[in-house]
Amino acid sequence: MTVVVRWPGSALPPATAESWRADVLARLRGGARLVTLFGRRLGDQVLLTAVLQHPDGALHVARALALADTGYRALTAEHAAAHCFERELVEQTGLPLTDHPWPKPLRYQDRDQAAMADHPFWQLQGKEVHEVAVGPIHAGVIEPGSFRFSCLGEQVHHLEIQLGYQHRGVEARLLAGDPRRHTPLVETIAGDTSVAHAWAFGAALEALADVAVPAAAVAARGVALELERIAMHLAGLSGLATDIAFLQGASSWGRLRTTAINTSMRLCGSRFGRGAVRPGGVRMALTAELRAEVAANLRLLQHDCAHVDDLFFGARSATHRLRGIGTLRPDVAAEIGVVGMAARASGLALDARTAAGGIWHEVPIASVVHADGDCLARARIRADEIRASLAWLSQVLERHPEWPAPPPPLPSLAPGQFVVAIVEGWRGEVVHCLETDERGRLTHAKVQDPSLRNWLGLAVAMRGNEISDFPICNKSFDLSYCGHDL
Amino acid sequence: MSLVGTLLALLLLPFLLIGIVQRTRSWWAGRRGPGLWQSAFDVQRLLRKQSVYSTTTTPLFRIAPWVFLASAVGSALLTPVLGLPPVLSFPFDFVWFLYAFGLGRVAIMLAALDTGSSFEGMGAAREGLFASLLEPVWFAAFGALFCLTDATSLAELLPAPITGLPAATVVAAVALALLVAVQVESARVPVDDPATHLELTMIHEVQVLDHSGPDLAAIQIGSALKLFIGASLLVALLHPCPAAPAPWPQLVAAGMLIGVAVLIGTIESLVARLQLRMVPWYIGAALLLGTVGLLATAWRGEGGR
Repeated sequence: MTVVVRWPGSALPPATAESWRADVLARLRGGARLVTLFGRRLGDQVLLTAVLQHPDGALHVARALALADTGYRALTAEHAAAHCFERELVEQTGLPLTDHPWPKPLRYQDRDQAAMADHPFWQLQGKEVHEVAVGPIHAGVIEPGSFRFSCLGEQVHHLEIQLGYQHRGVEARLLAGDPRRHTPLVETIAGDTSVAHAWAFGAALEALADVAVPAAAVAARGVALELERIAMHLAGLSGLATDIAFLQGASSWGRLRTTAINTSMRLCGSRFGRGAVRPGGVRMALTAELRAEVAANLRLLQHDCAHVDDLFFGARSATHRLRGIGTLRPDVAAEIGVVGMAARASGLALDARTAAGGIWHEVPIASVVHADGDCLARARIRADEIRASLAWLSQVLERHPEWPAPPPPLPSLAPGQFVVAIVEGWRGEVVHCLETDERGRLTHAKVQDPSLRNWLGLAVAMRGNEISDFPICNKSFDLSYCGHDL
Repeated sequence: MSLVGTLLALLLLPFLLIGIVQRTRSWWAGRRGPGLWQSAFDVQRLLRKQSVYSTTTTPLFRIAPWVFLASAVGSALLTPVLGLPPVLSFPFDFVWFLYAFGLGRVAIMLAALDTGSSFEGMGAAREGLFASLLEPVWFAAFGALFCLTDATSLAELLPAPITGLPAATVVAAVALALLVAVQVESARVPVDDPATHLELTMIHEVQVLDHSGPDLAAIQIGSALKLFIGASLLVALLHPCPAAPAPWPQLVAAGMLIGVAVLIGTIESLVARLQLRMVPWYIGAALLLGTVGLLATAWRGEGGR
């Protein structure tokens, strides 16, 4: 979904931190969901922004000015889902928050990296307990992150995850130079979610520039996004099968992923969807020959996925390995603000595509929800979403056989505007917030990958499980380090 | 002559066996897979390297791989391989056989603890638990064969003559129990996963993470030898014609050895790994089979021996 909210940024909000806090809390109690919360330093004040989503899908933006030396009482104390936002807020603005139950740095941004070695991990003490430190450097070619397990024998009592090693200063980089030329940079925020980030960023810029995207271009973006979803779900399922030593699933899904990413490459020139989306439209051409090739690939995926899924979920040893492992209960998932496919595997019907307009309205996609919240549910969600996306792609390619030419450069951005754009990436909602000053230059760029919120979901899901089950729990959430660290 | 044959088989066939298991896995995965001798080349490469030692380790860490290798060789010398008599044989040698395995295991566990790594400590704890559960399986299986054949050494114990339903029951139960024992001892799927890179899930592999160069080669040779010994026990147990004239028992045993390797590879390809807390149950099932074999010998005894 690409929801764009305009907010007259030039007029500073009249609300104080206290009334803002009361307003946000009242809305949260009324059933609204916290989408994002952040702040920006303005001299001796901090401009607070909270984006909430009401049960009907409508977005609400609440803003206020807080005094930089007084702060306010943390929302996290009453609404746990705000935990990561308020940790980030303190880290980025220095605003003092009281009563935050977990006031630790989120990613050690702009600080001495050596401080990361002294992260104040939660400690478990006792005669029969032990701690296992994993990372920050891991076996295999994956990104760095530090995991601290507090265990009783094989059982994990608590897991704390400390990230930030991949911090590259993405938000600051987006403010430098002409933002309309930053899409290639945005595509590297989380390399496995290139299309979703590029689309969210592009949609925010289009709103600021007041440019309408042709329906066929939106459809083309949807095709790129769903191809990304299919490819990453196949990669995740293949990885999950590898981690439980189920060779057949690993090799079959791994093979199909190649078909999916090669289809992306034929459309946009990159197997990871880079270059597909550009502000104002798309940079993909769909020729008749290419259309036939894509259709053949989709048919192959549809046929083989159905077969492989049946074999995997019909294999007792595989389902037994995953069932009841890493269970995240629906109420806990909602409380800590888990989003995306992990939330849908825990029974929460959170999918930005269902409320979005454009192609999602024209050809609705079947959103899958499972209730169990365990590793098996997260595997099933991915298999089901692949099938839903394949069916959706076939329909969309039939309805929109012609895609528009690459768009002209965007006009200049409107001054004094604040916009929010949300796109449902394969992992969950990707949120981009952009704000312009009185001369139409970007003054604030806020990027949010679903990983930011879901890492805690993984930590909580691990409680009471065996430490040897961590790799499959980790793989079932499939979170991004660099998407979190920015 | 047969001594030379046995020693040659012990030197070369373990690598070939691993190659066949790998090739079977590759075949199931629709891949070409590495060459049959790849594990031998790996060992050769390791032998040319230098071992690296952590400053926290003691001399215990350095001798452990060689104790492990020596213990595997010690067990191997008692095993009838490829339809040939074993190099050594003496009454009740299966006790030596089992505790040589145990000695090698203790050496590896102590070396793992010696590194001070929390991963390796966890691996050693798992190994210790599963090995203690496996010990009665071995004794039940060998005990059943012992009662069936009135033999006193591995050479006589195997092959067991299959005459009638009771004896067939004993042999079938023992063969299945031995298959599980081989999977546990050799750290294969569904008990362990030799291919994984996930330290937190490992049993055997995590304990040898700190070993390198020739030390690691010694462990890999020892592990390959253990798999080969286990497979050879199964082959000898089920061998249909051990007393046939010269080349036949060897040819049949070679064919059966390939069959066992393909079976192990096929199980690894079609089955996911067990949850770690389910492994004791899996070993428990093997113990049950061993006990069934042991009890079935009484059934046979009643028929008049």
